[in-house]
Amino acid sequence: MSALATLKTAVGSVCDPEIQVLTIAELGVLRHVSLDDGRPTVTITPTYVGCPAMDVIREDIADAARTAGFDDIAIVTVWSPAWTTDWLDESARSKLAAARIAPPAQRPRESVLLQIGTARSAGVQCPSCGSAETHETSRFGSTACKSLWTCAGCGDPFDHLKAH
Amino acid sequence: MTDYRYLLRLGDDSLVATQRLLQWCTVAPQIEEDVALANIALDQLGQARVLLSYAGELEGAGRDEDSLAYLRDEQEFTNVALVELPNEDFSVTVAKMLAFSAYQHVLYGHLEDSGDARISAIAVKAGKEVAYHLNHFSTWAARLGDGTELSHARMTSAIDSVWPWTHELFRSDEVFDAAAAGGYGLDPAQLRPGWLNLVDEVFASATVSRPLDGWAPEGARSGLHTEHFGFLIAEMQSLHRAHAGVNW
Repeated sequence: MSALATLKTAVGSVCDPEIQVLTIAELGVLRHVSLDDGRPTVTITPTYVGCPAMDVIREDIADAARTAGFDDIAIVTVWSPAWTTDWLDESARSKLAAARIAPPAQRPRESVLLQIGTARSAGVQCPSCGSAETHETSRFGSTACKSLWTCAGCGDPFDHLKAH
Repeated sequence: MTDYRYLLRLGDDSLVATQRLLQWCTVAPQIEEDVALANIALDQLGQARVLLSYAGELEGAGRDEDSLAYLRDEQEFTNVALVELPNEDFSVTVAKMLAFSAYQHVLYGHLEDSGDARISAIAVKAGKEVAYHLNHFSTWAARLGDGTELSHARMTSAIDSVWPWTHELFRSDEVFDAAAAGGYGLDPAQLRPGWLNLVDEVFASATVSRPLDGWAPEGARSGLHTEHFGFLIAEMQSLHRAHAGVNW
C-alpha cells in the first residue's frame, strides 16, 4: 500500500465521537487527505460551526496518523463548501438506522424550514418499528446535528439526524 | 482589507447572546426547551468563535478568540444591548431571540455574497443554523401569542418591552459604512425591511400587533452598555481571569 493510501485508511477509520457508528469519512466530515513532500495534511469540516466534537476528532486524527507512522500531521478546518446531509456516504444511512438513529430525509427547502411549527412525519421512519407515523417533538436534540422525534406506531422516542 | 472591528461586532453579538441564553440551562420551562436553548447557544458560540478568531487574525495584535472573549473589559465589547438584556420570563427571551435570529437570518443571507471569501463561507454555514433558531422562536411566539389569555398578555408585553432595543441592530456607523464601501459587509439599515417582513408574519400568527417605533436606545455598539452587562461578562470571564491561559 502506498504511504498516502495507508494514511487515508488510518484517518478515514476515525469514528465520530458522538455518532460512534459512523467514521468521519462516512459522515462527510473528512474532506481531503494529502501527502506533499512527506508532509501529511488532513482537511476536515464541521457539521455545525459549534460542534464540540471537533477537538476530539482532531486529536483522534492525529493519534490515528501517529499509529500509522505519520508524526507531523497538519489538520486544516474549512467551512466551505458547507457540510450538509448530502455529504453522508450511502452506507452511513443504514448504519444510522441500525443504531436506532433515523437517517435524514430529504433536505428541507428554506421556505419549509421557516414555516412556523414543528414537522409531522416528513418522510422520517421510526428506526424501531419502521412506521411512518412519526412527529417531531423538538427540532433540537442530544447533539447539534439531531432532532427529537416520537413514533405514533410503537410510542418510542428516537433521535433523527437532521436533514441540514 | 476587512476591518477587524466589523467581525468583532458580529462575533460579540453571538458571544453575548450565548452567555445570556446559557442562563436558561437547567431552569427552562420544559426539558426539551432546556435542550433546545442550550443547542441554540452552542450554535451561537460556534459562530462567535469563528468570527472572533478571524477578528483576532485581522487585527494582527496577537489576540485569539479567548483573549478577545475573556480579556476585554466591558467598554471594549461592541454587541448590541438587545442580546445582553436579562432573560426575565420565558416570553421575553422568545421576543428577544425572535428579533435577533430574524436579524441574523437576513444578515447572513446578505453576507453569503460578501467580497471576503471567509465571511461568505461563515455566512453560508451560520445561515443554515440560524434558520432553525428563527423557526424555534417563531413557533413559540405564535404558540404563546395565540394561546391563553395570560400567555397572550405576556407575549404582547414581552414584544412591547423588547421592541425599542431592536432599533440598534439597524444603526449604521463608520465601521459599517467602511464594510459596505469595502464590499465585505453592509449597512445594517438595509436589513430592516427584510427583517420587518419576517417578524410581521410571526406577529400575525401570534395575534400581536407590531409595536410603534419610538424610543430607540443606543450606545452598546460603541461600548456604552446597560447596567446588566458588567455582571454578565464578569461571570463569563471569572474563570479565565483567575487562572490565566486555562484550557479544557
